[in-house]
Amino acid sequence: MDLLEYQGKQLFARHGIPVPAGMPARTVPEAVTAADEIGYPCAVKAQVQIGGRGKLGGIKIANSHEEARLHASAILGMDIRGLTVHELWIEGASEIAAEYYASVVFDRGAKAPLVMLSTKGGMDIEAVAAEDPDAIARLHVDPLLGFQAFHGRRLAFEAGVDADVVRPIGALLARLYEAFIAEEATLMEVNPLIVTPDRQVKALDAKVTLDNNALFRHSDNAELRDLSAEDPQERMAQERGLTYVKLDGNIGILGNGAGLVMSTLDVVKGAGGEPANFLDAGGGSKADAITSAVEVILSNDKVSAVLFNIFGGITRCDEVARGLIEAFAQINPTVPFVVRLDGTNDVEGRAILAEANLPNVYAESTMDGAAAKVVELASLPQTPAAS
Amino acid sequence: MSILVDKNTRLVTSGITGSEGTFHTLRNRAYGTNVVAGVTPGKGGQDVDGIPVFNTFRQAVQEQGANTAMIFVPPRFAADSILEAEDAGIELIIAITEGIPAHDELRVYNVLKKNGRSRLIGPNCPGILSPGKANVGIIPASFFKEGNVGVVSRSGTLTYQVGNELAQQGFGNSTIVGIGGDPVPGSDFIDVIALFQEDPETELIVMCGEIGGDAEERAADFIAEHVTKPVVGYIAGFTAPPGKQMGHAGAIVSGSSGGAAAKAEALEARGVKVGHTPTAVAQLAMETLGAPA
Repeated sequence: MDLLEYQGKQLFARHGIPVPAGMPARTVPEAVTAADEIGYPCAVKAQVQIGGRGKLGGIKIANSHEEARLHASAILGMDIRGLTVHELWIEGASEIAAEYYASVVFDRGAKAPLVMLSTKGGMDIEAVAAEDPDAIARLHVDPLLGFQAFHGRRLAFEAGVDADVVRPIGALLARLYEAFIAEEATLMEVNPLIVTPDRQVKALDAKVTLDNNALFRHSDNAELRDLSAEDPQERMAQERGLTYVKLDGNIGILGNGAGLVMSTLDVVKGAGGEPANFLDAGGGSKADAITSAVEVILSNDKVSAVLFNIFGGITRCDEVARGLIEAFAQINPTVPFVVRLDGTNDVEGRAILAEANLPNVYAESTMDGAAAKVVELASLPQTPAAS
Repeated sequence: MSILVDKNTRLVTSGITGSEGTFHTLRNRAYGTNVVAGVTPGKGGQDVDGIPVFNTFRQAVQEQGANTAMIFVPPRFAADSILEAEDAGIELIIAITEGIPAHDELRVYNVLKKNGRSRLIGPNCPGILSPGKANVGIIPASFFKEGNVGVVSRSGTLTYQVGNELAQQGFGNSTIVGIGGDPVPGSDFIDVIALFQEDPETELIVMCGEIGGDAEERAADFIAEHVTKPVVGYIAGFTAPPGKQMGHAGAIVSGSSGGAAAKAEALEARGVKVGHTPTAVAQLAMETLGAPA
């Protein structure tokens, strides 16, 4: 789960990481009140989970009450690369003497948190890594030992930060690491980490990703979920316990198990089709889960054919067949379905489907055959199902 | 021969009294796995269809000589259960549980590595099957028979699909190992491939990878240096868009790393043939070993 900038900054502040004073706002009057309270000049910042919002007009400096009103009206409701701005963050404008970069990343390859520090702040760190890898000081921390004071000094000296801020930056890294562990994050990035002319260090931005699997231990973080940024179909699927990712094509896909579904997408694409979604109905899919899954897939009106690819382990093919029949009774789909059932109780499942004789449902026995069939059907002009 | 689980396995299930734990433990026993105990704190002294239940792993080891643990408890208790099994001296721990917090996995991984006495397979995996000998986990054993192909995979149902394609060509398996789809698996491809390399029964190794992380790339380097047996690979997720998590917590293409094409290239560059569909994997196995007797 990705936090908005201001949510990340509020989280930083709770862990003693210095951030500029600021207030969130959802309306223009709220924004103006906040700006008046913070004082001028102040920054009016769009809260969307996307990089480069400054260049796209999502961050403006207000020098007066009137400018705060103008900027807030312009930015609220604005579309930034497909995301609508629902919230603003108003904060005191900061003077900048130096821009650095700091982060803690969950490094799955090394099985350890990776702490990075660079004096090349304010830029895309992947570009810095590609062009000038030596400009980034890196350190893997043994999670059983934790972040030590010397780690902070080593990073600060190796990155070459100004001598007078070695100590405060080391302290900030220690707090960032502590927050990363305490909040169970997979990413905490500060870019830029600034030094002001009076030599204070501050996190001017905050990019925080939290582990969804750990939210049960962090109920206050769980409430921060940004529903406006989530696709409505993906949310509907999640509420029904399904894993759904919307894609750009027209062939709806349902399978059981993440690996098999990914493989199904590849095979469909290999057969010349374009998948409309990834949908994992999960292990042990019962009839009602299948009905929900069909509803979710068909809620995308680009879908012109659907492929069911089931290899039953825990999942029983007869349950899947019953679920599909139930779904047809409830939804009466108008697009063709190709169904491939293999594995536990596959013979029973196929027999149940054959007996039900559903309109526009085609049984296939192999994954490759099923993919070829669904691609063929998806490219045909739409014919309504016989009722 | 086979690897990891066989007739010497003495299994203890953590979470044996839960509905899934009971169902799969009894299924494993029906297959022939020697199930010696269960652990559920507070239910010590009870039994599950004749399998004695203990309050702690220490008791299960002391009284029943358990040497392999299967973890079936909910995610919030799973790390604790794995650490308890390790503390009790269990050599092999197989964690089926899905949804364990990443930081718990990180801690568990580093504790086990530091102590160096237990091997963890999973979490979020279907378990291990050595056909004809033992099944620990949720793999549907009826699709597989004894043979000379070792399979290691990050995904459950994809393993069944690939295993079934191999079975249709007449191949059997030495052992099938699901290492799981999480960001910090206890064991990765390298650990399992090294065991297959040493196993006299295994003549071909099939590895099924997917997008995310760099486990396949590291396995490619290891294979080039240490593996003399033929290896056939498969990677799922060629068409997965970057930045979208495809079901498994570990299956996400982030930035420039973790894509399927790069993984396939890394494997092919080191002499591993990569099938682009599960069917193609079985065909490559035929080409490599010839038709099974």
